[in-house]
Amino acid sequence: MFNFGIWTSEFNKFLMGFMPEWLAATVECVIIALLVLLTYTVLALFYILYERKLCAWFQCRLGPMRVGKWGVLQVFADMFKILIKELISLKDTDRFLFKLAPYIVITSSVVMLACLPWGRGLQIIDYNIGIFFILAVSSVGVLGILLAGWSSNNKYTLIGAMRSGAQMISYEISLGLAMITIIVLSGTMNINELVWQQESAWFIFRGHIPAIIAFLIYIVAATAETNRGPFDLPEAEHELTAGYHTEYSGIHFGFFYLAEYLNLFIVSGIATLMFLGGWMPLHIPGWDAFNNVMDYIPSVVWFVLKSFFISYVIIWFKWTFPRVRIDQMLSFEWKYLMPLALANLILMAVFVALGWHF
Amino acid sequence: MNLLLEISNNALAVTATLTGIGLVFAALLIAKLISPKSYSVKKSEAYECGMPTRGQSMIQFKAGYYIFAILFLIFDVETVFLYPWAVVMRGLGPNGLLCIGIFMFVLIMGLAYAWRKGALKWT
Repeated sequence: MFNFGIWTSEFNKFLMGFMPEWLAATVECVIIALLVLLTYTVLALFYILYERKLCAWFQCRLGPMRVGKWGVLQVFADMFKILIKELISLKDTDRFLFKLAPYIVITSSVVMLACLPWGRGLQIIDYNIGIFFILAVSSVGVLGILLAGWSSNNKYTLIGAMRSGAQMISYEISLGLAMITIIVLSGTMNINELVWQQESAWFIFRGHIPAIIAFLIYIVAATAETNRGPFDLPEAEHELTAGYHTEYSGIHFGFFYLAEYLNLFIVSGIATLMFLGGWMPLHIPGWDAFNNVMDYIPSVVWFVLKSFFISYVIIWFKWTFPRVRIDQMLSFEWKYLMPLALANLILMAVFVALGWHF
Repeated sequence: MNLLLEISNNALAVTATLTGIGLVFAALLIAKLISPKSYSVKKSEAYECGMPTRGQSMIQFKAGYYIFAILFLIFDVETVFLYPWAVVMRGLGPNGLLCIGIFMFVLIMGLAYAWRKGALKWT
């Protein structure tokens, strides 16, 4: 596997050669910021097209076809269009909170994006409590949504924000418990170590029964956490127009839209990291020739393709299942999903204590 | 720490935060420069499907949301306690498993109590 860390450390040495340490660090931080921004926008644009095309194909349509070959330039046209839309200033909003909300939503998703392991040596923030940090930052995003709904001074947004808040905090528990199940198996929260432990086999194979149950719980909880799929009732358009971002116009609305798609990528990335081996290639113990062939595919490709696959599944949910009601959604979480996740955690602890995993 | 060996994680986290703030700020600036501006009284009113706004927007909503928020608080604190346990679980042996079993039992009893009392019912 090619180690991208060689490039970065060489670049670091090159910079240190002719400038003081603090200046080199600043230059590196600026480059990192630009790279993160580039990744963020490219991913968001890709995801908008991905969702629109997949949605169209599930409904036997073609989707955007006019702008560019197969409609690939449609998203650029949309992005430009949203930039030239008017930002309507409203009369009775809580101005400060109204403007603060997009900052919180976008910032939380950018910080989470910076935590993901993109490839060997391609990871920006690498705390020893990496997974815990990601979960903590993801719950800050809920605040932005609540503030957006509260400050808009509109009935739809208020109800949408309350629903969204109730949904996101409820499903966060199952999400966390599914992650703890894997942490019990691995014994570490460091993202880099989590990936390296999956060198012989991915966690979903190493932990077999409890890991597979945890994976299913994670996918359901992640769908709800990103306000998507059958759980998109914070923006149930037939009852709440657009939910918490009804009053936002132009690029202000665009921020929520971007953050939603980026969150979809991020939850897929975390699922990849925790269950499907992060950037590790598919290794089968004993099959040396097969493992060597798999090692030739670059680590970035592995990570990105696995994440896109999980996103595909989540998008598939959205265009297949009908929307649930709020009472069904909450009772599903509290009466079925969370007790199941707790029981699964105990099962995993017993498996690990008895050494029944691989 | 992984990408560039000389920068601390905290500095990188601050960089990422500033990137997010910068993205929103820059996009808003561009939008403000090139987007049209117009003002009318009707346009600045709250959106209510085309009808004039009726009454206050700060309406009463269900108290049920608060109950779920309180339950969330309990279980989120529980998961926070479970993280450190999950990391050191192998070293603790059967004693640690027993202790966390008791901890979880108390919490599951709490959930069962809330369930029995009808806190999970959406009426």
